[in-house]
Amino acid sequence: MSGGPIEIVEREFGDLALNMGPQHPSTHGVLRLVLHLSGETVIKAVPVIGYLHRGVEKLSEHLAYDQLAPVYERDDYLAPTANSNAYVLAVERLGAIAVPKRAQWLRAFVSEWQRVSSHLVWLGTLGLDLGGALGGGTTLYMYCFREREKILDFLEELTGTRYHTNFNLVGGVRYDLEPAMAAKSEALAAGIEAALPELWSMSGGNPIFQERTRGVGVISKDLALGVGITGPTLRGSGIAYDVRRSAPYDAYGELEFAVVTRTAGDAEARFQVRMDEIAVSLKLVTQIAAGLPPGPVFTRKPLKNPKTTKLPKGEVYAAVESPRGELGFHIVSDGTAKPYRLKINAPSFKNLQVVQHVLPGGLVADVVAILGSLDPVLGDVDR
Amino acid sequence: MPAPEIVQALATRFSATPTSLGVELPAASMLDAFRALRDVYGYRYYVQGTGLERETTYEVVHAVRSLDVNDTLFVTVAVPKQAPEVDSIAFIYAGAEWQEREIWDLFGVSFKGHPDPRRILMPDEYPGHPLRKSFAMDTPWGYRPATAVVPEPGS
Repeated sequence: MSGGPIEIVEREFGDLALNMGPQHPSTHGVLRLVLHLSGETVIKAVPVIGYLHRGVEKLSEHLAYDQLAPVYERDDYLAPTANSNAYVLAVERLGAIAVPKRAQWLRAFVSEWQRVSSHLVWLGTLGLDLGGALGGGTTLYMYCFREREKILDFLEELTGTRYHTNFNLVGGVRYDLEPAMAAKSEALAAGIEAALPELWSMSGGNPIFQERTRGVGVISKDLALGVGITGPTLRGSGIAYDVRRSAPYDAYGELEFAVVTRTAGDAEARFQVRMDEIAVSLKLVTQIAAGLPPGPVFTRKPLKNPKTTKLPKGEVYAAVESPRGELGFHIVSDGTAKPYRLKINAPSFKNLQVVQHVLPGGLVADVVAILGSLDPVLGDVDR
Repeated sequence: MPAPEIVQALATRFSATPTSLGVELPAASMLDAFRALRDVYGYRYYVQGTGLERETTYEVVHAVRSLDVNDTLFVTVAVPKQAPEVDSIAFIYAGAEWQEREIWDLFGVSFKGHPDPRRILMPDEYPGHPLRKSFAMDTPWGYRPATAVVPEPGS
């Protein structure tokens, strides 16, 4: 250095591309977001997905119909039963396979329990996302996981598996609900319902939480329809579409439940919809356990060789309301024992697509709040 | 089941032919038909888009829904295998953007006028389209990311 005057160079950053993920703790899986920033404002967001792509749809064309249900339970790994439920519905519709009434009610029963457990994971991880605002966030996380643990224990007792219950079969379900288990379910539902106000006071009732979610990530009705977002995210934008009500499957045609909606369309509205849905599902499981019709849970004639059992030619679409929204299976059959083409209409894929429309204009700090409020599961996105 | 009056209207206006879950449209009239479906008939909700391989054609199937009458319509457009290209409807239904990228990625059908025609699930440099019937299950992975090879320490 010579003794001349020191020149201070002010660098002009036009816009900065910030790489968020794929191993970012707030992205709920391996999602990569390329955020183009001007200062702290997002001007463009490019989601990059595919890190978890496993080729499930290709695999489906090489396995027999009866081998496939457990494969899909790995897709949306927070609510496995919803996946296999949609699949067996599609196959039953295609092959005109009868399902006993009791089995239909039990499918709804396990689906609703998993909806509660999935929403509890969502609430806990949303607390982690908004971390600093909620005293570290781990408190809410731990409280949610404490409640969820009880559900997983209950499902383990019912099905032998905590998680991938493998509950649904083509033509029925694998396990029956004994009266003792029904009583346990009722007690468990009452216990979790009693814990809900506490969870709410740590999240929705917290002024900092409200501050961080109110008016953030607003999805208008038109955008919601055009992008085809689904589930609680759609209902948070004021559209009362719920597959359970609009295209009833399983036992939902005979059950009484409310379709929760909010009109604001922001992260807080989506939070409120899911919170209320937990209460609705807890009422549903009790209602189902009380009104369970008698009879067998599986009546299909045993197959001599599942690998060569053919289904008729045709095309079918069946959907269920998974915790993330409409989860559909579109199967084209050419009359053989394997699907000719199988498409999974994944709710997380459609919900995640909205981030490129919603994030621009917001702050970097809001990105995690918005992502958390969409509740994507990357196994479901990438399939 | 698609609403019969919609199928009838699409048949007379856009020479559509009925299928089991909806209609099949000729490629020439598909853009007008989708605009009419969204703006005139109230099918404003985009459900899903998927591809399908037939003997001599690929098929692109878009599903749209009217929430007013609660009806879902599956609209098929056939694409010849020699020149697999079809109009994009991402400007009509924003939700079609990713679904069309997925069809391009997995089936190799390209979309005219797509705002962001890149692969979506497979790596950008990946050769081949996995959901084609000619793509065998035992196809070697064969793809290596374009990064520098770091020598092992001590070698």
